[in-house]
Amino acid sequence: MSEQKIDGFELKPGFKGMASDTGSDQTMFKGVHWGKAMMWIFLLSDTFVFSCFLISYMKGRGSTIVDWPNTSEVFSLHVGDVPVPLLLIAIMTFVLITSSGTMALAVKYGYEKNRKMCGWLILATALGGLTFVGMQVFEWSKLIHEGVRPWGNPFGAAQFGSFFFMITGFHGFHVSIGVIFLFIYTYKVFAGHYETKKRGWFTKMKGDYVEIEILGLYWHFVDLVWVFIFAFFYLW
Amino acid sequence: MEETNKMEESNKQEEQTSTQKIGIYLWIWGLLFVLSFFSYMVDWYQFQGMLRWSLILFFMFLKAGLIMAFFMHLFWERYALVNVLLWPMTAIACFIFLMNAEFQYTLFSRFFYFVVGGA
Repeated sequence: MSEQKIDGFELKPGFKGMASDTGSDQTMFKGVHWGKAMMWIFLLSDTFVFSCFLISYMKGRGSTIVDWPNTSEVFSLHVGDVPVPLLLIAIMTFVLITSSGTMALAVKYGYEKNRKMCGWLILATALGGLTFVGMQVFEWSKLIHEGVRPWGNPFGAAQFGSFFFMITGFHGFHVSIGVIFLFIYTYKVFAGHYETKKRGWFTKMKGDYVEIEILGLYWHFVDLVWVFIFAFFYLW
Repeated sequence: MEETNKMEESNKQEEQTSTQKIGIYLWIWGLLFVLSFFSYMVDWYQFQGMLRWSLILFFMFLKAGLIMAFFMHLFWERYALVNVLLWPMTAIACFIFLMNAEFQYTLFSRFFYFVVGGA
């Protein structure tokens, strides 16, 4: 994605390239847009935040002498009279993966200057994210109705509620922010801001489809975090 | 004028070769669906113990790797960026290791004082 040519500098591949890029007395991330590098650094710090949540969850769950609630029963949905374990969570996972796929394609079509396809795919991504948040609201209200609180619940160890609301809440907050930005960028793409090189609100940077890749990095990260939450919180 | 047009044309072509083929994204997309389905099946069939945990971790790391490598383009990025992003993860691994020892000690003390009643 960053295979640009840089005048007077030979880009070497692999670890040799890493050594020469780092020691070049110039910008270190050759051919990487600064906004993209900054988004990656932000995502790295966000990784640490979510890691701290999940590690404290590991510590809390591992050190309680009361049994942890059985997640496949707690998060089951009744289809007719049959309880299906983790049904809603599975659907949420598939919705989020779908929206990640449309986002990846939006980035591709953006770089190919296919404005309409890019716009529609970002809109589809936003709607996927909105569906995800909607289902999470349903899941929260169901659990609250069943008596799950941050300080206790009827199913088992009291710590379950606080970890659940903290971890999924923080993730849902990320998704919500992402959805807002996806709608904004849908507008920006359809309005042709990247063809006319229109400047953004917070920056003098000229509009360019690289912004869609930066937005995409954030959205894929949200999906990435869900992969870990799905594995550790719901399946473990 | 004609020359600038030609330049634009060649720029366009260069940009188009720099994007990936759509097939790669569709493949990864499909694989993510299949892997998610498998990890859901782990719960569906109620595998327990080491089998459950190793399968969960296997599918999780595979999915995370595919998303980062292809959707987030790390596979095509230069090593200078990739290594800056991946090496800090070892700090997280250390933290997991430390807290793992910590929760076992906490669990031991709770059993010892709350259940056994201390020495």
